[in-house]
Amino acid sequence: MGEYFKELFGGTKSLVVGLGITIKHMVKPVVTLQYPHESLKMSARFRGHIELLGDEETGASKCVVCGMCQRACPSGCIALAGEKPEGAKKKVLTSYVLDFTKCSLCGQCVESCKFGAITFSKEYNLAGPRKEAYIFDLKKRLEERSG
Amino acid sequence: MSDLARSQNQETFVLNLGPQHPATHGVLRVKLTMDGEYIVEAEPVLGYIHRMHEKMGENRTWAQFMPNTARLDYLGALSYNHGYVKVVEQAMGIEVPERAEYIRVITVELNRIASHLLWFGAFVLDLGGFTPLLYAFDDREHILDLLESVTGARLTFCYFRFGGLYNDIDDDFVTGSRAFIKRLRKRMPDYHNLVTKNIILITRLKDIGILPGEMCRKYGATGPVLRGSGVDYDVRKNEPYSVYPELDFDVPVYSECDSMARYMVRMDEMEQSMRIIEQALDKLPAGPIMPEKVPKILKPEPGDYYSAVEAPRGTFGIRVVSDGTNKAYRLKLRSPTFSNLSLFGEASQGMLLADALALMGSLDLVIPEIDR
Amino acid sequence: MMFIPEPLRLLAFVVGIIAFIALNAAYLVWLERKVAGHIQRRIGPKEVGPFGLLQPLADGLKLMSKQLLVPKGVDPYLFKVAPLLVLVPAVMSFVTIPFSENLVARNIDIGLLVIFAFASVNVMGLLLGGWGSANKYAVISAARCVSQNVAYEIPMLITVITMIMVTHTMNLNEIVMQQDGSLLNWYIFRLSASPLMPVAFLIFFTCSLAETNRAPFDLGEAESELIAGYHTEYSGMGFGVFFMGEYANIIIGCSLATILFLGGWQCPLGLYPGWWWFLAKVYLLIFCVMWIRWTYPRTTLWGLLNLSWKYLIPISLVNLLLTGAMIKLWPLLKTFLMGAS
Repeated sequence: MGEYFKELFGGTKSLVVGLGITIKHMVKPVVTLQYPHESLKMSARFRGHIELLGDEETGASKCVVCGMCQRACPSGCIALAGEKPEGAKKKVLTSYVLDFTKCSLCGQCVESCKFGAITFSKEYNLAGPRKEAYIFDLKKRLEERSG
Repeated sequence: MSDLARSQNQETFVLNLGPQHPATHGVLRVKLTMDGEYIVEAEPVLGYIHRMHEKMGENRTWAQFMPNTARLDYLGALSYNHGYVKVVEQAMGIEVPERAEYIRVITVELNRIASHLLWFGAFVLDLGGFTPLLYAFDDREHILDLLESVTGARLTFCYFRFGGLYNDIDDDFVTGSRAFIKRLRKRMPDYHNLVTKNIILITRLKDIGILPGEMCRKYGATGPVLRGSGVDYDVRKNEPYSVYPELDFDVPVYSECDSMARYMVRMDEMEQSMRIIEQALDKLPAGPIMPEKVPKILKPEPGDYYSAVEAPRGTFGIRVVSDGTNKAYRLKLRSPTFSNLSLFGEASQGMLLADALALMGSLDLVIPEIDR
Repeated sequence: MMFIPEPLRLLAFVVGIIAFIALNAAYLVWLERKVAGHIQRRIGPKEVGPFGLLQPLADGLKLMSKQLLVPKGVDPYLFKVAPLLVLVPAVMSFVTIPFSENLVARNIDIGLLVIFAFASVNVMGLLLGGWGSANKYAVISAARCVSQNVAYEIPMLITVITMIMVTHTMNLNEIVMQQDGSLLNWYIFRLSASPLMPVAFLIFFTCSLAETNRAPFDLGEAESELIAGYHTEYSGMGFGVFFMGEYANIIIGCSLATILFLGGWQCPLGLYPGWWWFLAKVYLLIFCVMWIRWTYPRTTLWGLLNLSWKYLIPISLVNLLLTGAMIKLWPLLKTFLMGAS
């Protein structure tokens, strides 16, 4: 009999304590961010999709078309091509295409690049109706950015 | 089998739980033969999210396989990263600097807390309580912010490298981690009062879903499932690796074998992880995070290598066979949830549907890791 | 008073009740989402209209514009009639509920009995809906709902019998009238009728939670076990009508608790009695229902039966005996005390 009442009162108490906790949280301010209206700034190391980096003076890509990033990529999302103009010492990038549909954002391409030619973008609001929208021509994007 | 089922001439029906079902948390299908609400037979059907990770390991260079490890168990990605770099370091004979080891332990334990917090929420959600899930997510978000600030990703971290780390932690991370531990310590009593001590939860978990230690052994169950069955086995203690031997922590073991025991093991593990992180932060040495010389192209000596770590869900073992080239000849992943799930069929016999789902929740299943 | 022909008056009331139920169902969903949101440290609906107040309207429109799917293999007749079997008894129950002294569709002497008679039809709707859906989850859920309803009707009715013994009437209007005056006249605090009155209120409230399949007794629609329970196969307004019925039943449960224990339309201080007090008390109870839902995990069937048979039924029986004894003893005790002084 004692056990019975102990169980009854103990159980009821635990239920009341639970109600107390939820009401306590109810009167506290909300912790969520109203996403489409506000959004967070990504941290400095955030790994978005990659982006080509331009030379600070000329704005041209720093890429020397060594192809290390292409080889490092586990998913084969990078396709790049370059040519050696007459009289130049280094190769010049002619196209750099990222197939973001396959990218797993591992960052091995950026790590493999010894020339600092690629970096992570901070973009994360990516959505679109077509697959083709995610085949990025990074060279064109660089040119658009630099002006 | 329940006596009821036996007595009634097998008047049973088949209930397909999944592959799309709120309780399976992914694409797991369990074929249940039911007698009313009692389960006569349960058969997990796997393979709905099989992605051939082991085969991929044979087709990619050692470094290229790294991102895959984060996609096995996406909730405890760093433990899987750790297991993989550990086996390759072992094969290559690479020495890891001490600072890197400490940071590995700190981040892995943070990841373990995040994983357990999510499990806690999802488990209570399985039992029909929605609110604790969002409280747990609130806390988990802080860990993800911390880990994002060092690894650059919020879920599929690819942070460890052969020999060390992708990049170093800063003071913000150290103070952030300490602040987080303080915060979680404050929140734990709320969790216990709201959930652990709740009479409804206790009646649902106590003495329900008994998994005797012998059954766990038979199916190779590890992690909190095994420790909830009274077997004191934790890779961090039994086969110490990294800097765990230098840190003081306990392995929570409960011998009740019921769902409540597994629940308590995980709740206590969060406390222990907090202890580990605090000590590791105190002892954090200065120094490099990568060894001076790591070969550019990895070609381990031909041989057979195995290494295991304690992932949030149990022992994650990885065995690689190298033939001396830049790719693995064979890569075998031993994922804990696969073994933990396989005992579900035997354990759930004769149970009520609701109790069986509570048992399934207490196993903490992550489906992509079962199917790999 | 203006003379209105009786049939017209009744029609006006029924239209009013249906509008009340529909509006309530819509806005209780909004309230539920807001309460859940703030309990979970979020803000709930906010995009459609100010504070998301137009959200129920948008949801309603969406439900009404959706196709009514009738899956292959269902019993077409039962499948269609089941939602109505849930909603119609709920509407009928409102006929006897007094919102204020004059605001009642039909002031019947056996009002309490009428409500319980209609309330037991409700479970028929759930059963037929689950059975007619030809879905295993729905059938399991229907079976659960029935056993749950049967188990909880017993303590609830025992408590109601106790109340009838105290009030000597089943007329809801009169029951409220008896609680006139101040807070202390409310039956929940009428300890001279039975010292266990507050406990009786709790039992009644718990049982009405279980009767309406609300958490933590929402076994019928346990989403982590049975997807959506008996309404798994319903789309559009088929689901909508079930939903309205569910909320209407919650309002009825809370209204009854208010009338029996919390003094109906009476003001706590005896001032300005009226329908506003009735609604305020009902909504306060509904808030508690929501608060409970977002706090506890779900019980299991056997846990629920345990609670009913081990705790609620014995305690309500003790209460019944105690009340009977008090009815006989209290007058004696009173005269004795009077005589002594």
